[in-house]
Amino acid sequence: MDLEDQGIIKGTVDEHGRENLMVVLGSPDAESAEIYAETVTTGDPTYAGPLAGVSLGLQVYHILEDEVKAEIDPVIYEQQIGMMEMVLDKEAISKSVKKIREG
Amino acid sequence: MGYPVIKGVSYIIAHVPDLVRYGSKPTRERVKDPSLDQKIKLSLRSFDEAKNYPPHQVFIGNLKPEDLWNIKKPWFENLLPGSSRYSEWGEIMPQDEFYGLLKIADEFDLVYLTKEFSDRVKAKLIDHILFDAADMKRLGEGIDRDKVVQKVSAGALPLLDGDDLVGCIQDGHDEDDNLKADILLENLSCKASGILAIRRALRSHQQDPAAIDFIMNSGEEGVGDRYQRGAGNLAKAMAELSGCYNSTGVDIKAFCCAPVHSMVLAGSLIYSSIYNHVIVVGGGALAKLGMKMKGHLTNSIPIMEDVLAAFAVIVGPDDGYNPQIRLDVIGKHDVSTGSSQQAIYEALVKKPLDRLGMKIPEINKYSTELHNPEITEPAGSGNVPRNNYRMIAGLAVMQGQLKREEIDDFEKKYGMPGFSPTQGHVPSAVPYLGHAREAILKGELENVMFMGKGSLFLAKMTNLSDGISFIIEKNQGK
Amino acid sequence: MFKGKKVLCIGERDGVPGSAIAECVKSAGGEPVLQLTQCFV
Repeated sequence: MDLEDQGIIKGTVDEHGRENLMVVLGSPDAESAEIYAETVTTGDPTYAGPLAGVSLGLQVYHILEDEVKAEIDPVIYEQQIGMMEMVLDKEAISKSVKKIREG
Repeated sequence: MGYPVIKGVSYIIAHVPDLVRYGSKPTRERVKDPSLDQKIKLSLRSFDEAKNYPPHQVFIGNLKPEDLWNIKKPWFENLLPGSSRYSEWGEIMPQDEFYGLLKIADEFDLVYLTKEFSDRVKAKLIDHILFDAADMKRLGEGIDRDKVVQKVSAGALPLLDGDDLVGCIQDGHDEDDNLKADILLENLSCKASGILAIRRALRSHQQDPAAIDFIMNSGEEGVGDRYQRGAGNLAKAMAELSGCYNSTGVDIKAFCCAPVHSMVLAGSLIYSSIYNHVIVVGGGALAKLGMKMKGHLTNSIPIMEDVLAAFAVIVGPDDGYNPQIRLDVIGKHDVSTGSSQQAIYEALVKKPLDRLGMKIPEINKYSTELHNPEITEPAGSGNVPRNNYRMIAGLAVMQGQLKREEIDDFEKKYGMPGFSPTQGHVPSAVPYLGHAREAILKGELENVMFMGKGSLFLAKMTNLSDGISFIIEKNQGK
Repeated sequence: MFKGKKVLCIGERDGVPGSAIAECVKSAGGEPVLQLTQCFV
């Protein structure tokens, strides 16, 4: 993940605390979704950015996961996400993020 | 008068491995990790490796984008030995010649080359078809190496060729960050590569430079000083050294979709008879060198962001022959469009086609963000063109114009593999313009849609993105 | 799942943009406290 963005995420977490915070990703493939998910849970896997060795332990989901979709107003979901649900590899992305979330 | 035409396009690459260290990412990382210089050095490509790299041969036009489907990946291991550095409308320039070009493009005596290096470069550029005696005069004789060493120890930015110190660039002002040597090198690199692209376009398409009225530079550099950061106008500076003495110009800013915006503006300036011939140019982006090097170093593959790339398009009035820009069906992302991908693609693809009563599969080819995936994938940013093609296909499915099972094949049928150096605005649709012009002239294609997207939110002024599209089609003749 | 939660929406230009994620989160009762859209190119 971009190092500056890691800094922004860290700042936001410091400001709001970890308890009530969660992450929803929009990455286009399973590999990048996994890196992102890892970065906000166990820390930056490349050990390069502000989140290196920082275990935020945030609950992380991807917007394409079925359990996320179930929570969202279907009309808005269709408008905002519908097309991407069709073109991205939903299954692989969901699997990789779930794997990180469930440790 | 019919719609304006694409009279010619050029593409150039400058292979500058020893400028990688001055890219934005390497500059920031080198401070933190002094061992990085050595790691970068060991991962750089030779000129032959860059020249024989299949995507580069596609970029300058010696191969078609579709040829890449048949070349085994990774392309950096499946080079095409003996490839030419020149093409009908482009070239791949080695670093020493490009340093010479930097000196030629330098109006303020900021760049210094050593005597030995100047001699070496002069001997090469004197035979180059795009350089003349006036350029050799500008290149000059060079200065003693000792003087270069002195300047570097006084703070000038060294220009290296391998391990050799061959020159330097100085600050343009003591206190102005906008005129520091690193920024000036960035701006001068854009100017020099843009000049090369313009000269190449004029030469390859036998266009009289004196007939050019206006130049638009869509490069992303913000040239200016402390009181007017990003004020411009690199376009005019490029015109000056390209023989376009009847031209003025302007820089167009819109992140990566500036080239597509500029094409639309160029077309409309001609169609409204304000100007007759306009060149749209995009100079190379030094800041992007080595941007994704972390991914390349981690995977032990060459740092492939070791090149500057530039293009130039000559747009002119309808000549009854060249492909025309359909100015009546421009697609644009409005403030109210929204940020979801379907909203973006509806605005850029569906809306203009609706106006023509056409369906998505009736466009022969789509040219979208054409970033070479071999550069982006190891850095975890995926295959950008493939994602874009899947989105266009997804939109077609939602419109009932394509079957769901056809999404996977859409890229091959209506698209192409990414082949452009990841130079920000350069990969944004325009790398296919030259190929498209040829294919339409040969009767292989009827029409092509070009769409560019820009990440405006990176400037922290708006959360909006931007996008614009246009269609070119076969000229039906007078 | 989202009700009463503060949510970091980390999107991508060539995937789902941060603002599209935020729209969805709001509809589910969450509060987007950060919207990022990454651009690698």
